[in-house]
Formats: sequence, C-alpha cells, structure tokens
Amino acid sequence: MAVIRQLVPWALAQCVKLLLLLAAVSVASFGLMELSPIDPVQAYIGADMMRVSAEQREAIAAYWGLDQPPIEQFGRWLTSLLQGDMGTSMIYRTPVTEVLAEKFTASMWLMGTAWLLSGLLGFGAGVLAAMKEGSWLDRVIQWVCYTLASTPSFWLAIMLLLAFSVWLGWLPVGLGTPAGVLREEVSIADRLHHMILPVLTLSVVGISAIALHTREKLIEVLHSDYVLYARAQGERGLLLVWRHGLRNIALPAVSLQFASFSELFGGAVLAEQVFAYPGLGQATVEAGLRGDVPLLLGIVLFSTVFVFCGNMTADMLYRILDPRTREVKA
Amino acid sequence: MIRKAHTFLSFRSTSWSARRLQAWLSVASVALLLLLFAIGALWAAGQPIVTALTLRNLPPSAAYWFGTDWLGRDMLIRTLQGLQLSLQVGLAAGIMSAAIATLLGVLAASGKWADRVVSWLIDLFLSMPHLVLLILISFILGGGVQGVLFGVALTHWPSLARVIRAETLQLRQAEFIQVSRRMGNNWLWIGWHHMLPHLLPQLLVGTLLIIPHAILHEAGVTFLGMGLSAQQPAIGIILAESMRYLSTGMWWLALFPGLSLLIIVRCFDRLGHTLQRWTDPHRARN
Repeated sequence: MAVIRQLVPWALAQCVKLLLLLAAVSVASFGLMELSPIDPVQAYIGADMMRVSAEQREAIAAYWGLDQPPIEQFGRWLTSLLQGDMGTSMIYRTPVTEVLAEKFTASMWLMGTAWLLSGLLGFGAGVLAAMKEGSWLDRVIQWVCYTLASTPSFWLAIMLLLAFSVWLGWLPVGLGTPAGVLREEVSIADRLHHMILPVLTLSVVGISAIALHTREKLIEVLHSDYVLYARAQGERGLLLVWRHGLRNIALPAVSLQFASFSELFGGAVLAEQVFAYPGLGQATVEAGLRGDVPLLLGIVLFSTVFVFCGNMTADMLYRILDPRTREVKA
Repeated sequence: MIRKAHTFLSFRSTSWSARRLQAWLSVASVALLLLLFAIGALWAAGQPIVTALTLRNLPPSAAYWFGTDWLGRDMLIRTLQGLQLSLQVGLAAGIMSAAIATLLGVLAASGKWADRVVSWLIDLFLSMPHLVLLILISFILGGGVQGVLFGVALTHWPSLARVIRAETLQLRQAEFIQVSRRMGNNWLWIGWHHMLPHLLPQLLVGTLLIIPHAILHEAGVTFLGMGLSAQQPAIGIILAESMRYLSTGMWWLALFPGLSLLIIVRCFDRLGHTLQRWTDPHRARN
C-alpha cells in the first residue's frame, strides 16, 4: 500500500513532465520547420514541379493551409492535435495517426523481439564474462562487445543480408511480406521469415551495452565484502552468483534495457531501411527525404512518448522493486 | 580465497609497469593504424578516380585490393577518400559538440537557474531518439554537409555536459578554489588558472569518446540519404550504392568500406578509453 501511495504523486509528476516535454518538442520542431528552407508544396509535388502552374501551387498551399502565417498554422495544428488529429500524411495520403498505428505495429514486433533477445543474450554474456574475469572468455566477450559498439549497424545489416540471403539463400532479401501476394494471404510464417534478419541485426546491435554493464556490475559485486564472506563459508560458482550476484545486478540491467528505447528506435530506423521492412523507421526516413512535414512531426512526438515510456518504466521498476529507493517517512 | 586476495593485491602493486607497458602498446598500435590510414588517405587524395569501363566489377586482386565497382572505379581509393571525408565531418562535429558541452556544463555550474535551464535542455535533447533528432535537424537545415554537421554536433553534447557540470560544481567547493576566491581573485582568473587544468583531461577524453559516435551517426544519416550529397565519396554513400549490387554477388563493394570504417571508429574508441583510464585514477584499476 505504502508503495502505491508513494507512486501516485510520482506518476502525476511524470505526466506533467511528459506534457511539458511534448509541448516544448512540438513548439520547437514546428517553429524550426517554418525556418527550414524546404518548401512543403514543392516537397509535395516532387518531380512534377515543372508541370504544375503557379495557380495550382497556390491552390495546394491553400488546401494544406500553408498560405497562412506560421502562428495560425501552428494554432490549427495544435488544436487538431489536442483533438487527436495529427493531420494528413502527404506521402501516404492517409491520416498521420493511421500511418503511425500501422507502421508501429509492424515495428513493435521487430523491436520487441530484438529488445528481449538482446537483453537476454547481453545479460548472459555479461554474467559469463564477470564470472570468468580475466580469462580468455572474458577477453573475447569484451572484445566482441567493444567491436560491436563501433560497428555501423547498417553495415552489419548489409553483411547479414549478404551472408544469409545472397550466399546461403536461406532468407528473403527484404520487405515485410513476400512480393506479389495479397495482404490477406500472407501467413504468419511468411512474416516471421521476413523478420528474422532485421531482428537479428537489431539484437546484435543492442547486446554490447547491456553485456558490458552487467559484467562491470557483477565484478563489483563479486569483489564485495559480503561475497567474500559467502566464499569464506564455502559457496562457489553458479550458486554464489545466483544467490548473491543476480539479485543485485538484475534490476540495474532491466532498467538499462528499458532506458535503451532511444537506441532501439534509432537502430530500427537503419535496420528497416536496409531490409526495406515497412515499419516506423522506414516511414521516418521517407518523411524526412520527401518532406512530409505532418508525418515527421507526428513521428517526432510519437518517438518522444516512446522513449519517455521506456525511461519511466526503468525509473518505476526501481521505485517498486528496490526497497532502498523508497522514502522512509519518520 | 586467501590466495585470491593475495594475487589481487600483488596484481595492483607489482604489475604496474607491465600494465603501463600494455597501455602504451595499445596506444602505439592504434597510433600506428591511424598513421597508416593517414598515409593512405594522403596517397588517395592525390589519385584521381577514373572510370574505366573495361575494368568493371572486378573482385579484389593484387592490383585492386578492394576491387572495382560497376564503373570500374578503384574501390580502395574511393574508400580511403570516403573515410577521410567521414572522419573530417565526424571530427568537426565532435569538437563542436564538445564546445557546446563545455559552455553549457560550466554555465549550469554557475547558478541555480542556469542549472535548471541546462538540465531541462539536456532532458529535451535526450527525450527523442538520437537518430530521429538527427533526421529532424538535418531536414530543417535542408540536408547536405551543414545538415549532418550541425545535426551530429547538436545531438552529442548532453552526456559530456553532465560530466563537465558535475566536475565544475565539485571544483567550486574545493578548498583551494575557495582560498583563491578569498584572496581576491575573480572567477575568470580562477577559471583559467585553477579550473581549466582540471577540466582539460575530462574534456579531451570526452571529446575523444564523442568522435566515434559522431562518425557512426554521420555515416548512418548519409546512408539513409539525408547527409552528404551523392556526388561525395562518403562511406555512407558508398554503402548505400553497394546495396543495389548485392544480389549480383558483389560483396566487396560493401565489405571493405564498412570494415575500414569499423576499424577507424574502433581506433578512436580505444584511444578514448585508454586515455580515460590514464586520467581517472578510480578507473585505473580496471
């Protein structure tokens, strides 16, 4: 009960923080977009610029409300945003909310699986390295982690593509579904088949941080006095780590993994681009390249909420699970 | 256990010189690699990129170490030139980032309100994914070199700013600073004579650790098509182009440029971490 009572004011504070953050992000990004040299009308028309007359251009500007002063445009965008309408995507010609929902569902499977896999693998590797501190295994794990941290993730994706799709021919080259098949006919197996490589890339990219963190924490614990005492009593090996190590390092590791949503999203953008996976990352790139301002703004706000949720969960886990962070009221 | 404790202790006292030697070797090998790259880059800068249609799509050989592309261009020269470009952008953006971090970090340590504003700015910049922010900034600036440069510079300062802020706050409380203050020296003088020497190592290490990230992010954004223009031989461009030829089995177009980038980034990362260990006595043990 006490935990819940303490969580409520904290949750309210977090909500206020999120609202302030979103307000700042939307004002800043909208304002900066106005200053941008990119003309949304031109971005909308694209290659047909020569064939469109000045009147038509004005009509398009009027249709999107681009002929009005920036303040008014922002006001309109904000009022509709508060009503849950994020405008219409210029490239997909559908409401931004729909695009976000559809693309995020595709990305969610990708990111979720990779997140879980990288967390488990990274944690395992970190524990292993710490238990064998100084051994060749520890060195190999560290070397791999540092190298992975310096690896361009899109290059890794290309290498996996080369190995598994081009040489071995085991996996498809890209896209979320087989080409030339109607959406209704795509089976779950097909989808999974197309997800393997992007998930693999994204998981491998995420391993390094969590493994190195876990290793360092566990080594710290293993050098502590209470582990020395446990050792003096004859505890050894896995049981020792299980009893005294994991309890102390699991929570920071899980929190770190939750706090890595920002990196996860960034990794997904690059991985989706290489594998032409139709997710939110690819939509981000398309929106940026083709000047789809409403969609880009929508993605910016959405990804802000996404990252915020990750950080908040990490924070909340500490508050709920770790008795030391609870405030004691005298 | 006693034996273990014993080795642990002796490890700290006797093998100091051995560990120092190891650190020197690590730095020397990194320096050697970077020197090799610099020589290669100098050589490549003087080489014109010739399109030779008779030499199209050659796999790596003694004459063309990295093979040739679909226009018969030597991939080794392209890669070296691309690395040089990526490195320049990465270095410039990294240094700009470090400058922003220093300015805001010191500012945050100067007063309560400034601290709040800077903390809020840090939160704001960390609130969305790095790459999305980068895409946003480079979109706003209209893409191109300046888009990437400012994008990378504006996204990599928060962590270093936090370090500088904490360090400056700690220094302000230090006795020798307080004494100097009582002796009538103004903050500017104290900052230059007492604080800067303490901040400099942190700054150097921080900048070195930003650079690998900056290079990787520059390459990433360029790969997505939002960075350096397609006419420039950047690594991101080379890799994006190679995607079109993967299915025909031209693996060398992607393997070598990416691997070279990886090695260069790893060099900077290693250099940064080694220096960090030297300047930070708490970490020296590890």
